[in-house]
Amino acid sequence: MENQIAEIKSNITAEIQTVNSSKELYELKSKYLLNKAGIIPALMKELGKASKEDRPKLGQMINALKDWATQIFEGKDAEITEVEKKARYEKEAVDITMPSKKTKVGTLHPVTIIKNELVDIFAGMGFKVVETREIEDDFHNFTALNTPLEHPARDKQDTFYVSDDFMLRTHTSPGQIRSLKSIEPPFKILVPGRVYRADDDATHSPMFHQMEGLVIDENITMCDLQGMLDVLVHKMFSETAKTRFRPSFFPFTEPSVEVDVSCFECGGKGCKLCKGTGWIEILGGGIVNKKVLENCGVDSNKYTGFAFGLGLDRIAMLKNGVNNIHVLYDGDVRALKQFKD
Amino acid sequence: MLAPLSWLKDFVDIDVTVEELEKKLFDSGFEVEQIIPYGDKLDKVVTCKIFKIEQHPNAEKLRICQVDAGKYGKLQIITNAQNVKEGDIVPVAVDGATLATGDRIFNGKLRGEPSYGMFCGGEEIGITDAFYEGASFDGVLVFNDDFPLGEEVRDLLGLKDYVFDISVLANRPDCQSIVGIAREIACALNKPFKEPDLSYNEVKGDDEKIDVTVLDNELCPRYIAHLIKDVKIEKAPKWMSKRLALCGLNSINNIVDITNYVLLEMGQPMHAFDLKDLENNEIIVRRAENGEKIVTLDEKENILNSDNLVICDGQKPVALAGIMGGLNSEIKDDTTAVLFECAKFKRDNVRKSARTLGKSSDSSKRFEKGVDEYTTERASKRALNLIDKLGAGRVTAVRVDVSAGKTQENKEVRTTFGKINGVLGIEVPKDTIVDILTRLGFGVTVDGENLVTVAPPYREDVEGYPDLAEEVIRTYGYEHIKPTLLKEAQVTAGGYSKEQKDELKMKRTFVNLGFNEAMTFSFYSKKDISALNLREGDCEGQTILIGNPLSDNYEVLRRTLIPSLLKVASSNIKKGNTEGKIFEIARTFIPKTLPVTDFPEERRYLTALTFGGQDDFFTLKGVLEEIAEIFRVKFNLNVRADKTYLHSGVSAKILLGDKEIGVYGQIAYETAAAFDIECKVYALELDYDALAEEFNTPFKYVNLPKFRSVERDLALVADEKTTCAEIEDVIRSACKNSVESVKLFDVYVGEQVGVGKKSMAYTVTFKAGEEKPLESADVDAFVKRILGSLKHRLGVELR
Repeated sequence: MENQIAEIKSNITAEIQTVNSSKELYELKSKYLLNKAGIIPALMKELGKASKEDRPKLGQMINALKDWATQIFEGKDAEITEVEKKARYEKEAVDITMPSKKTKVGTLHPVTIIKNELVDIFAGMGFKVVETREIEDDFHNFTALNTPLEHPARDKQDTFYVSDDFMLRTHTSPGQIRSLKSIEPPFKILVPGRVYRADDDATHSPMFHQMEGLVIDENITMCDLQGMLDVLVHKMFSETAKTRFRPSFFPFTEPSVEVDVSCFECGGKGCKLCKGTGWIEILGGGIVNKKVLENCGVDSNKYTGFAFGLGLDRIAMLKNGVNNIHVLYDGDVRALKQFKD
Repeated sequence: MLAPLSWLKDFVDIDVTVEELEKKLFDSGFEVEQIIPYGDKLDKVVTCKIFKIEQHPNAEKLRICQVDAGKYGKLQIITNAQNVKEGDIVPVAVDGATLATGDRIFNGKLRGEPSYGMFCGGEEIGITDAFYEGASFDGVLVFNDDFPLGEEVRDLLGLKDYVFDISVLANRPDCQSIVGIAREIACALNKPFKEPDLSYNEVKGDDEKIDVTVLDNELCPRYIAHLIKDVKIEKAPKWMSKRLALCGLNSINNIVDITNYVLLEMGQPMHAFDLKDLENNEIIVRRAENGEKIVTLDEKENILNSDNLVICDGQKPVALAGIMGGLNSEIKDDTTAVLFECAKFKRDNVRKSARTLGKSSDSSKRFEKGVDEYTTERASKRALNLIDKLGAGRVTAVRVDVSAGKTQENKEVRTTFGKINGVLGIEVPKDTIVDILTRLGFGVTVDGENLVTVAPPYREDVEGYPDLAEEVIRTYGYEHIKPTLLKEAQVTAGGYSKEQKDELKMKRTFVNLGFNEAMTFSFYSKKDISALNLREGDCEGQTILIGNPLSDNYEVLRRTLIPSLLKVASSNIKKGNTEGKIFEIARTFIPKTLPVTDFPEERRYLTALTFGGQDDFFTLKGVLEEIAEIFRVKFNLNVRADKTYLHSGVSAKILLGDKEIGVYGQIAYETAAAFDIECKVYALELDYDALAEEFNTPFKYVNLPKFRSVERDLALVADEKTTCAEIEDVIRSACKNSVESVKLFDVYVGEQVGVGKKSMAYTVTFKAGEEKPLESADVDAFVKRILGSLKHRLGVELR
């Protein structure tokens, strides 16, 4: 039996050399170790035939053989697994430079993106968003805003009329009137929306977007307007951006100012974007004209406020380096896809 | 408006640089668009006297001149000019000179002879006859004056000047003039304003009586007529024509130039009539009769109506009030008696008449901005002063001043320093406030905290303390405003409302589904609507029209966004972008009455369109199902639509309950073709406001099932006409609460299933109850029930 054991050992050693796959290994392992028919378990059965005194020794030898074989097979198994694993990965390797499988999300319109950005900034200062109608009457678009028939402001605005008294609103300011008439002060509102003027060239579109802001409370001052604008430009452009007031005229504010922001392209040194002035005009505003409050039945002795209006398209263009407003409204998908939220 | 620096200096001492002045004006609210320098480059172009002229030995056309150029010495100049002779004083550009054009001149040789400079004409100096007689001549300018030699021509002719092109805000018509801007400069520089000279001598004679009747006081609140006799029409002096030229006006003759000069300087348009053309020496200001005609100075005939104001003599119109004079009464070379008109006409009437008659003049443009009566009166006197100054005629005592309206009252404001500073939010010292307002011409009376201000008569814009606050801060300087963040305001809650958030969420849903948000104009053309092939009475055609559109393309206020998005698709395809998915949410306009006499209804529509890609009808159906899930609404998407612009077999209604809120499907081929689109286009459109009304189902978490669901595949054979929805309904109703989902995964039509039949393969998922897992036997029972029901109700068999 000792010879038998030695022979089995050398057979295993020889046969395992020829094994190249898990399957062959399994077959080999079955041949020697399988419980019922395996060569080594068979050996164990033969133990009964051996003499009583030889048995413990032979038993030990068979067990040692079994341990040894198990170890050999495990070793080989590890070796083969490693090889096969490697082969599988190698086989499955792809050309990673091939094109991607796309699942494209779409994009919001740049004006929507800017509107959301501004609403976020102003929401933090307590402004809520109010949206009002686009076809207005003369009262809301002009008269209540202190722009009577003869007023110079009407000279400047070419309005689309749908009948004698109704028109497409030329600005979002009618939203001020509607809010003053319907909301109890104090309040802070934003009125974003589409506006319309008879103008069509590289910088003017007959339809564009404005956003009106209005604060009505007690003791509101020009300093508050400045403070709010500083927050706006710091968050919108840069923490170091500065604002500048210059006198202007709007019938619905008094005093009225144009507001410039220090050029975010050159930082104020002067460049193409700011036409060498170091400043970029971003909005107009001022202290709400007492007449506007009175036209809406608001106590102008108790309440004051400031209002401002900015061009959403203009800001979207400035921030994104778009120099023709029609890019926003032509709907060229190559353009639309560039604006990521 | 244009304002030459030299002219401004008549009224205020300006001792700052041009750049400083620009800054001061800017800070006060007068943006300088441009500063046009005159004679700025001109250098070393000096006077010289020619004392000897000889023929050039080597060139027939050249002559050699010896000149005396004062401190530049005696020089030899070669010229080809034929108009100079010995003894002439002419301008010469000496070595190193710069011409008005910027060209440089240096010593050189011409055909072998040295030349130490170049004679100059008006063009090289940058002037015309308006600046110096003879300067428009194409040759060397020969001076008529006995100028000293070797002196800079720019100094001798007073050429060095800067013309400021200033944009004046609409509320400051008083600054549409040299004196108006000069007043502002005086305040900004804290210098006294020097009033224009309004003095004149009235000399009585045997003068005609003039009758002036104003029949429409509203359109003509003030009319001043003054008679000038013994007029001698001649050229205006150079100082006058030069100033007119700097402001872009041509010199005509002394009388007309005076009216233009006063227009620029005082901001008051004037007119001059030849008295002999005025029938009965009479002026009548009235509305024109319908169909009345006048030929104006531009030699054009105008047919008038009662909206036009005319100036008439005893018989006929002689001028369009405020716009242009009549050819029948213009100033001629033989005019000897002139009637000056200085009036205020109502601005919007001038504007309307100028627009409707297609006639615009310096006068009408000025009237449209607004003229005050204080200026009207002073301007009339300034014109008389200039008559005297120029010796252009005799100022008679015949003056008619129809001060039809009540005399203008200076606007008084009673307020406190606290109110002014309350607007600003800073403490401007009282003294400073008083000083600034005084400098701006306000009368100021102070009593402790109170002050009473009286605005100068030309400041019709000042109405209350906020106006005073503006005057103070623009002079004091906006840099003094210190930012505070709504220091005394109440805290308020900000942000989007739920409804606004929903709209944004809807947009983001489409973005997530791969659509790009587009924004298109709210208007399009009638042609765009006709592309929809609408039937009589279809609502998409009941639209509001813009009365004054920019063009036919922008005439119709839309009720559907489909044409707008089809145009976007079309322009993309034309540019080679053959694929795209776009959507838009925008207001549509629904008339209550036509024409519009009440606010139309505005409803937001949501429209999405996909072209050129893999998408089809069922993609859009999937989009709508996704929306239904996200916004927790229930759509019925299985009812065919009936829209002329959709494919009759590939379109369906979007039903919300029983209510049709929109449609989706393939765009009809004819409609697509009308927009030059050849590929298939699919669109969905719905009334977003109607949909949003249903966004009220609150979210509630559904507990996950304890036991797993079980799937079974069923291959069925059905009649070809049987719809997928019918089969699904039967499957679901056969075992009510146990069917989780029914999914069609294959449809086959062919020989194997027989004529008029189709094979449909479904995966039905059954859910387990709360109590125990689904056993195979349970599922078998369900399937049996389903098959029985299918056969019984639809004649559908298992394949």
